[in-house]
Amino acid sequence: MLLAIDFALIIEKLVLIVIVVMASLLIAMYATYGERKIAAILQDRRGPNRAGPFGILQPVADGLKLFFKEEIIPDFSSKFLFILGPSLAMMTAIMTSAVVPWGGKVHLFDRDISLQIADVNVGILYVFAVVSMGVYGIMIGGWASNNKYSLMGALRAASQIISYELAMGISIIALLMVTGSLSLKEMVVQQQGSLWNICYQPLGFFIFLICAFAECNRAPFDLAEAESELIGGYHTEYSSMKLGFYLFSEYINMFISSVIMSTLYFGGYDIPFVNEALYDQNLMAILGVLVLMAKVICFIFFFMWVRWTIPRFRYDQLMNLGWRILIPLALFNMLVTGALVLLKQNNWHF
Amino acid sequence: MQALTNRIKHVDRRKMNFLERLYLVAIFKGMLITFSHIFKKRPTINYPEKKRPFSPVFRGLHILNRDEEGRENCTACGLCAVACPAEAITMEAAERQTGEENLYREEKYAAKYEINMLRCIFCGLCEEACPKDAIYLSETFAPADYQRKQFIYKKEELLIPHPIEDPEGYKKALGNKVKKETAN
Amino acid sequence: MSITEILFWGLSALALFSAIMVVASKSPVHSILYLIVVFFAISGHYVLLNAQFLAIVNIIVYAGAIMVLFLFVVMLMNLNAESEPKKHRMMQFAGLISGGCLFLVIISAISDTQHASNMVQMSTGGDGLIKNLGKVLFKDYVLPFEISSVLFLSAMIGAVVIGKKESPPTPKGGDL
Repeated sequence: MLLAIDFALIIEKLVLIVIVVMASLLIAMYATYGERKIAAILQDRRGPNRAGPFGILQPVADGLKLFFKEEIIPDFSSKFLFILGPSLAMMTAIMTSAVVPWGGKVHLFDRDISLQIADVNVGILYVFAVVSMGVYGIMIGGWASNNKYSLMGALRAASQIISYELAMGISIIALLMVTGSLSLKEMVVQQQGSLWNICYQPLGFFIFLICAFAECNRAPFDLAEAESELIGGYHTEYSSMKLGFYLFSEYINMFISSVIMSTLYFGGYDIPFVNEALYDQNLMAILGVLVLMAKVICFIFFFMWVRWTIPRFRYDQLMNLGWRILIPLALFNMLVTGALVLLKQNNWHF
Repeated sequence: MQALTNRIKHVDRRKMNFLERLYLVAIFKGMLITFSHIFKKRPTINYPEKKRPFSPVFRGLHILNRDEEGRENCTACGLCAVACPAEAITMEAAERQTGEENLYREEKYAAKYEINMLRCIFCGLCEEACPKDAIYLSETFAPADYQRKQFIYKKEELLIPHPIEDPEGYKKALGNKVKKETAN
Repeated sequence: MSITEILFWGLSALALFSAIMVVASKSPVHSILYLIVVFFAISGHYVLLNAQFLAIVNIIVYAGAIMVLFLFVVMLMNLNAESEPKKHRMMQFAGLISGGCLFLVIISAISDTQHASNMVQMSTGGDGLIKNLGKVLFKDYVLPFEISSVLFLSAMIGAVVIGKKESPPTPKGGDL
């Protein structure tokens, strides 16, 4: 059995993994640039424009700077956990991309290569599991820093993520009732033939969107790193590339959640108004990837647009929104969706 | 009580209705406002590439002037040092020797002339006090430096380029001051 | 030895080691982190049994939510090894005996089942897949399932009641 491994499959998947990880890193890098540029544009400023034309080498310069910074590990902190924190944050951020269908099938070297690392039949749950792991990176890092502000940030992040995970899960359940599948690939295939899921689940999408903001620790829910009250939140004590990992993982999370939102509600790699089956398979697969990326970029822009518009929530407001508004709303959405799905199965007879 | 000014803004303390309590409308409005800023003109100027013109009364770093033949105007009379409210100017006078006529315009000249740019308040009183048109405030400003002693400008740094040997530098250093001179 | 077997032994070793470390480590935070590793190892076992749904739910619920709360509490109370109260020698002895008894019971129970011989059921048993699991839960075991959900609901309401009781008019802005 050990010998009966399909080596071509392993190579194919390895190449895909490398490409996906590299692409996520690259996009996260340029998301930092995009963030600064968009912030500048929304505030009538110019943003980074010195490194390279239009400042496009800025992320490289930032990364280099982070690499050359002094590494500081505070006394009295657990060294192993201190290093584990940012590593976990980065790892969980990247791991999510494993189940995302990036495109259709490509026909290369006499093989049909699916542009997805693993089509797990519990795809969306896998995403959930990994996202819920992400909080450990923050918690462990915040605790190991041996700093009150870091600990506060870590605790805030943990309670925030737990609170919003509930509403997110319930809004997903409503979506699952519509699609009837947990596999992300399956969902995209369904949406290719018919309307996008956003048409069936507008409220669900809205709830999911808000929760995605909270899960990514993005403004207006960035209480975990609220500069004005907590200095730097959970990464107060971090420096050098360990800090870079935390900052980076935030952007990767943003990228991945944009991908997930596009996949769940906006058809993933589905090209709108085009019947993919009529054209060349490879061309369509590549176009599909590009279309997915376009959707993702729109979402990332939306994330940043919101960040530079809406001020930060207060802690009690955050909890109120999560527990008193979003969860009941999500439950209501689930109930209505369930009733409608049942009615449809009965051909609209009570 | 009568209001002192008409600038009072009354805060609306009515209870919010349902739509307002959702905050979604307000958030949407805010988003539109930030979005509209994408299309606005940016007031920032890309500094080293583009420079804003100085105002005609701008007072920058000092220059010690020369006449058209390149001789120094300054006679080290000390009026500028007296006029200086910040006491930033010091100088030492020396007598012109024979053979130095092409260097200094008059018999006495400043052997040492220093301005402490950290003390200077760029008021321009030295320029007004000078009877010989020897000192001007130019249109450059003091660059940053790491050491205090770098801010004590010596004669070599203050002197304007030679008008015959380096006419372009001379003109550049003189800047708009030429007009002022001819205007009098 | 096939890959699944290697994985099985690896995961088992990891699970056992971490489980021992949960008890053995001095710092409560380290204990919790080891417990999380245990849950991961167990999830790995579920995957080997082709019960992907259970594996993922185990991670989401136990490792992702309950352990976060544990960690939360430990961090918030700043429990350290020094602040741990000294246990009585007799208590330790009693704990050892009761734990040992439980261990013996489990060992004897497992050795009696016929599944003991084939520990790994890669892609054979389909009971763990969502579709089958859902059908089993909502057809054969509807009543127990619903009763347990009612239990959870009552627990939730109880938590809300307890939480509500002691707080006079809620102050604006929490401590965090």
